[in-house]
Amino acid sequence: MTITLHIATKKGAFQLRSEDRENWELSEPMLFGNIIYHMVPDYRDPTTILIATRTGHLGPTIFRSEDGGATWTEAEQPPRFPEKYDRSIDFIFWLTAGHSSKPGVWYAGTSPQGLFVTEDNGRTWESFESFNDNDFIKSIVEGNMGTPIGPLTHSINIDPQNADHLVLALSSGGSFQSYDYGKTWSAFNQNVRADFMPDPYPETGHCVHNMQLHPTNPNIIYQQNHCGVYRIDQQNDDEWTRIGDNLPDEIGDIGFALIVHPTDQERVWVIPMDGSDVWPRTSVDGKPAVYATTDGGQSWSRQDTGLPDRGWFTVLRQASAHDNQEQLGLYFGNRQGEIWASIDEGESWKCIQRYLPDVYSVEVSVEP
Amino acid sequence: MRFRVASILSQYVGDRKIIEIEQVSTLKEAIAELEHQYPGIKFRFIDELGRIRPHMNIFVNKELIRSLDTPLNHEDEVFIVQSISGG
Repeated sequence: MTITLHIATKKGAFQLRSEDRENWELSEPMLFGNIIYHMVPDYRDPTTILIATRTGHLGPTIFRSEDGGATWTEAEQPPRFPEKYDRSIDFIFWLTAGHSSKPGVWYAGTSPQGLFVTEDNGRTWESFESFNDNDFIKSIVEGNMGTPIGPLTHSINIDPQNADHLVLALSSGGSFQSYDYGKTWSAFNQNVRADFMPDPYPETGHCVHNMQLHPTNPNIIYQQNHCGVYRIDQQNDDEWTRIGDNLPDEIGDIGFALIVHPTDQERVWVIPMDGSDVWPRTSVDGKPAVYATTDGGQSWSRQDTGLPDRGWFTVLRQASAHDNQEQLGLYFGNRQGEIWASIDEGESWKCIQRYLPDVYSVEVSVEP
Repeated sequence: MRFRVASILSQYVGDRKIIEIEQVSTLKEAIAELEHQYPGIKFRFIDELGRIRPHMNIFVNKELIRSLDTPLNHEDEVFIVQSISGG
C-alpha cells in the first residue's frame, strides 16, 4: 500500500508518499514556480492527476499527468469563456473528477465564477453552458465581487448515487444543485446565515467556504460557511441546521477546512479559525486545534494532541483530506508550509513535512 | 518580423530566443502564427476577450502597445515579456 498526498502550493506541486504513514518521502517540486490552486488525483485511476495553475504573470491553464506525476502535459484547450461572455478566466480554482460511470469526465470551477467540463481527462475543456448561460445563475455571478481573491466556483460535488445530481458552491452566491445534469439549477440556502447582507437569511448571496456530500448517503451534506458549520439531510430536512452552534462559544464555528468521514455519515472534522473583527483567519487564540463530531454535530470534541501550544495556522479551503484506511488518516496543510497528519482519527497529530511553500490544497490517493 | 520571447514562456518555445514569422501584416496575425507553431502559448498572455493579460507586456520595437491591431513591417521586432509588477 502506498499513500500519496498531492500538495498544491503557491510555488509548485509536491507529493508526499508513505507505505506505513510513519515515514514519508517528499518528491521534487513539479511545475516549480507556478501557482497551483488545486492538484487532484482521479479516484477512478490515481495515475491520472490534474493540476489547475497559473503564474503571477501568465494566464490560467491545466496540466495533466497520466503516470502518477512523473510527467506533465498542458491541456490542449484549457477552460475559457466563449466569446459571448464579457468575461475572462483569472484563475482555475477547483477540480473535481466526474461520476464513476463517466470515465474521463472532470469539472473545473473558476474565478470569475464559471463551470467547465472535459470528457477526455482534461485534454480539452468546454464551457458547461447550462450553468454558465443559465439566467438564474447569471443573475448571481454577473458583477459578483466575491471573496478577497475574487468570486469563486468551488465545492463541485457529483452525487455518487446519481450522476445527474450536481451540487456546487459559489462564493459569494451560496449552495446550488441540479438534478437533471445541469439543465435546471436551484439554490438551497434555507436557514444559512449571511450576516454581511441586509437580510441575514437571504435566498442567495451566501459565502460557502466548503461543502461536501456524504459519499455513502449523499442526502446528507455538510457545509463550512462564512457564518458557521451546517448540516442538511435533504431527504428529511427543509433547511440547514447550524451544527456549529454546538462548538464552544470561545472557539466559534468559522473556518474553511472540512473533513467528512468516508463511511460514517455522523463523523466530521473542522478546524476553527479566528473570524473575529478583521478576520485574522488563524487558529483561535493562537492555539491550533481540530474539532470532531461523532453524532452529526450535536457535540464536538477538541483534538489538539501533538499540535503546538502556540501557533497561528491558516488552513485553506482545499487543504484538508483523509485517506481510506480502517483507522482513518487525516491530513491538513497550512500557509506556513507544513503538513500535519493524524493516523488515529484526529486523536493525535504529527507534523510530517515542514518548509514547503504556502499550501493551497491537499488531496490523497491510495494504491494497494 | 521576428518575436523575442521572454524566458517565462520557455516551456512553449524551448531555448529559442528569436522566432521568425513570415508574411503577416498585423500583430494579431503574427500572434496567430506563433500560436500555430507553439500551441497553447497565446492563451498564457492573451485572454479570451483578446486582451493582453494585465501582467504581460508587448513591445513593438521599443514601443509598448496594447492593441493587437498594430500593423507590422517585415523588419519589426516584437518583444513579449512579463511586466515588473512586484518589488
